[in-house]
Amino acid sequence: MAERERRGNPPYGGSFVARTRVMNREDLIRAIRRMAHEIIERNQGLADVVLIGLQTGGVAIAGQVADDLADIEGSEVPLGKLDVAFYRDDIGIRPVLPEEVTDIPFDIDNRTVVLVDDVLYTGRTIRAALDALGDYGRPRSVQLAVVVDRGHRELPIRPDYVGKNLPTRRDELVDVHADGVDLGEIVK
Amino acid sequence: MKDLLDIAPLGRAGIETLLDLTDHFVEVNARTIRKVPALRGRTIVSLFYEDSTRTRLSFETAAKRLGADVMTFSVSSSSVAKGESLRDTVKTIDAFGVDAFVVRHSSAGAPHMVARWTDASVVNGGDGWHAHPTQALLDAYTIRSRRGRLDGCRIAIVGDVLHSRVARSNVEAFGLLGAEITLVAPPTLLPPAVSTWPVRVAHHIDHVLDDIDVCYLLRMQLERQAQGLVPSLREYTSCFGLTADRHRRLGPEALVMHPGPLNRGVEISQEAADAPNSVITQQVAHGVSVRMAVLFRLLGSGQQIEAVSEDL
Amino acid sequence: MPDPFDLVISGGLIVDESGERLADVVIRDGHIVALGAGLSADRRLEAAGCVVSPGFVDLHSHLRQPGMEEAETIESGSRAAALGGYTAVVAMPNTTPAIDDAGMVREVQALARTALCDIEVAGAITVGRAGEQLVPMAEMASLGVKIFTDDGTGVQDALLMRRALEYAGGLGLTLAQHCEVSALSAGTCMHEGEWSSRLGLAGQPSEAEELMVMRDIALSRLTGTRVHFQHLSTAGSVAMVAAAKAGGLPITAEAAPHHFTLTDECCSGYDAVYKVHPPLRSASDRQAIRMGLASDAIDAIATDHAPHLAHLKDLPFDQAPPGMLGLEYAFALAVTELGLDLSEVLAKLSWRPARIAGIAAVHGGPIEVGRPANLCVVDRNQTWEIDASGGASRSSNVPYVGRRVTGRVRHTVFRGEAVVIDSHPMR
Repeated sequence: MAERERRGNPPYGGSFVARTRVMNREDLIRAIRRMAHEIIERNQGLADVVLIGLQTGGVAIAGQVADDLADIEGSEVPLGKLDVAFYRDDIGIRPVLPEEVTDIPFDIDNRTVVLVDDVLYTGRTIRAALDALGDYGRPRSVQLAVVVDRGHRELPIRPDYVGKNLPTRRDELVDVHADGVDLGEIVK
Repeated sequence: MKDLLDIAPLGRAGIETLLDLTDHFVEVNARTIRKVPALRGRTIVSLFYEDSTRTRLSFETAAKRLGADVMTFSVSSSSVAKGESLRDTVKTIDAFGVDAFVVRHSSAGAPHMVARWTDASVVNGGDGWHAHPTQALLDAYTIRSRRGRLDGCRIAIVGDVLHSRVARSNVEAFGLLGAEITLVAPPTLLPPAVSTWPVRVAHHIDHVLDDIDVCYLLRMQLERQAQGLVPSLREYTSCFGLTADRHRRLGPEALVMHPGPLNRGVEISQEAADAPNSVITQQVAHGVSVRMAVLFRLLGSGQQIEAVSEDL
Repeated sequence: MPDPFDLVISGGLIVDESGERLADVVIRDGHIVALGAGLSADRRLEAAGCVVSPGFVDLHSHLRQPGMEEAETIESGSRAAALGGYTAVVAMPNTTPAIDDAGMVREVQALARTALCDIEVAGAITVGRAGEQLVPMAEMASLGVKIFTDDGTGVQDALLMRRALEYAGGLGLTLAQHCEVSALSAGTCMHEGEWSSRLGLAGQPSEAEELMVMRDIALSRLTGTRVHFQHLSTAGSVAMVAAAKAGGLPITAEAAPHHFTLTDECCSGYDAVYKVHPPLRSASDRQAIRMGLASDAIDAIATDHAPHLAHLKDLPFDQAPPGMLGLEYAFALAVTELGLDLSEVLAKLSWRPARIAGIAAVHGGPIEVGRPANLCVVDRNQTWEIDASGGASRSSNVPYVGRRVTGRVRHTVFRGEAVVIDSHPMR
């Protein structure tokens, strides 16, 4: 999510400078593990549950969640990835180019889709993802798992599973990566 | 990027961005619901002064699958006879409020003029003998999807290069992507200054068959014989046609390509056209995805932004 | 007590065929009446820092009247000419209808009475410029026509051209040729070369012009008659003309400013303002034209001023009509592009074309007492930018928009009347 935002907000380009490490590697691994447990608990098992990671930041996280679910329950959950570039509400206003090709190699009709992203911010990306899912089928329900909820919602979207609630200022950015989560800003 | 009029201004990077973008639209076109709302509410006009149902439908399908509204202005000879100039037509349509024109015209440079007269985006759908950039992109995409990168790929373009906008755009696109190109044609069907182009030249198809990865055939039109450019179509086929025998010699690894429509028995035999290594139908299929990528790139990727980061 | 003289041009450097000298020029009743220092008259034209030259003579202008008055009239064309320093212009006969009989000559001469310069009417060589039947040259010559050309096309038939040369020779008239073999140029719209190949436009090779230059040099030798070659555009043409002259043949030639300024690369944006016949050629052809003007292989600069309506030049390149404006820019382009001494530039614009046009008694001649006052005052150092308005022409098909050039015509005196003062037309 941080990457997408960096590209989409002025000053375009520039580089991210971390100011604080809000979660270290162990914190991150534990948070993801906890969310995996919560998914199993909330859905009373993993029957008809599928995971879809949002490009780009959510894909790796979804992979981690899938690994944890397999480890805990012993079953493989179908895993897909979704690029919502074509469903965004700011096409033509901001630079928009999709990254990796969407790959949802399974049917989502009547399934419980757990969308996975790294950072939840305004909620617009999730709104776009819901529209995109509608063009792939009709899920029984859609749930949302995010590593960080940084507030500042602009749409009525709420997460079902949260790694960490992190109040932020609008000019700050959150970067989720392999070694943890940083809070910082863009410097040009 | 406001317009797509020629291949050259894209550069290698620009071409590769469009080919990468095409992958996304191939995925969309493989779904049941072959539609995304990316260009919802935009208006795209196809301004076709030359008859070409196939290309026009390909563009219009692409526009509709992006959620755009489509207006068609295809000129019959009677409305041209009524004398409304190209400029007047463009200005009138512009006044409706449109976001893009797709222009096909028998005069080279017509799309460039349209681009001067409107702030809307302009896509060159084929202008005279000069250029057909979306054809070159879908051809490059087809080769890439079958063979990976085009670097070092040995491509022969066979036929009436002089009058071919497809050939000119292909030479630019394949060249920028690192392919080795040989033009195969009689001297009367080659551009006058072809010796200054970054290509090899051969005057008989048998000279290249053993050394190529792609055999790209151009349509041979009947009127070239009337114009004294070739003695007869029969002689053309005997020197340049991809007959069944030559197709066998080409081998199953090489690709057979053609922009269509085919003149079976002239530049290409039935066997070659239907063989497993013929990718002619894939070319057509990729055409819609490539045109979706082009339209999205022009209208959807934030051209209004002044300062755009380098990875875009 | 009022001065007895009309007009004095003060403070300028006179440059003409006989040399240079500083002197004021006094004019009365349309003639030069005095040369000297510190002279005065009723009206004064300031020429300090400038050069006073015989007025320019254009061998080749399309004034479009009758038939295309919306693009240009004889009056508007003459105004553009005067602003360019011209006191005489040869009007091309490819009007609608063509100037191919005495009646048409009289009509154009009548229209020319209010012009700001002398209009010399050129006649066509063939009726309707159709290339088949000769015009009544003697009858037209009796009205003052001295040059005949089918300009717009060349005379394609060798036998007809031979007969035309023989007939004109007997009358002491000059035939001028637009050299273009239509079999090689039909359906083309630019020069055949690297650029036409890249742009996908049909081009005509240099040989389309050179074959006719070669033919007419041979016919000139055969008939012993003078031939004037219009708008040479290729290196080969220049070389052949130079050799013919060296061999003693009565050949003259002109070149247009666009052929020593622009090349076929200008067509790369498909802007039909760059479409012209003969077409803009390669850089080496342009260089040959410049060298030809420097070496006198080419005798004169002639503008081939060709106005066209804006909406026609807005057509796709292959459909648009050929031609560019030139009268107001020739002097500046010659100064800026040719690298020649000013006296050489003036020779190519003034006294050489005056002789070819047969009007040297009245135009282009040395600035001396008794001669008609057809003069221009030029500033060879003034730089200016060519704008898109097209100047005084009714049309605006200018291929030099935005170009900064050096050399400006300040004043033009026609038959003793100051028709241009400080680069503005007086009527």
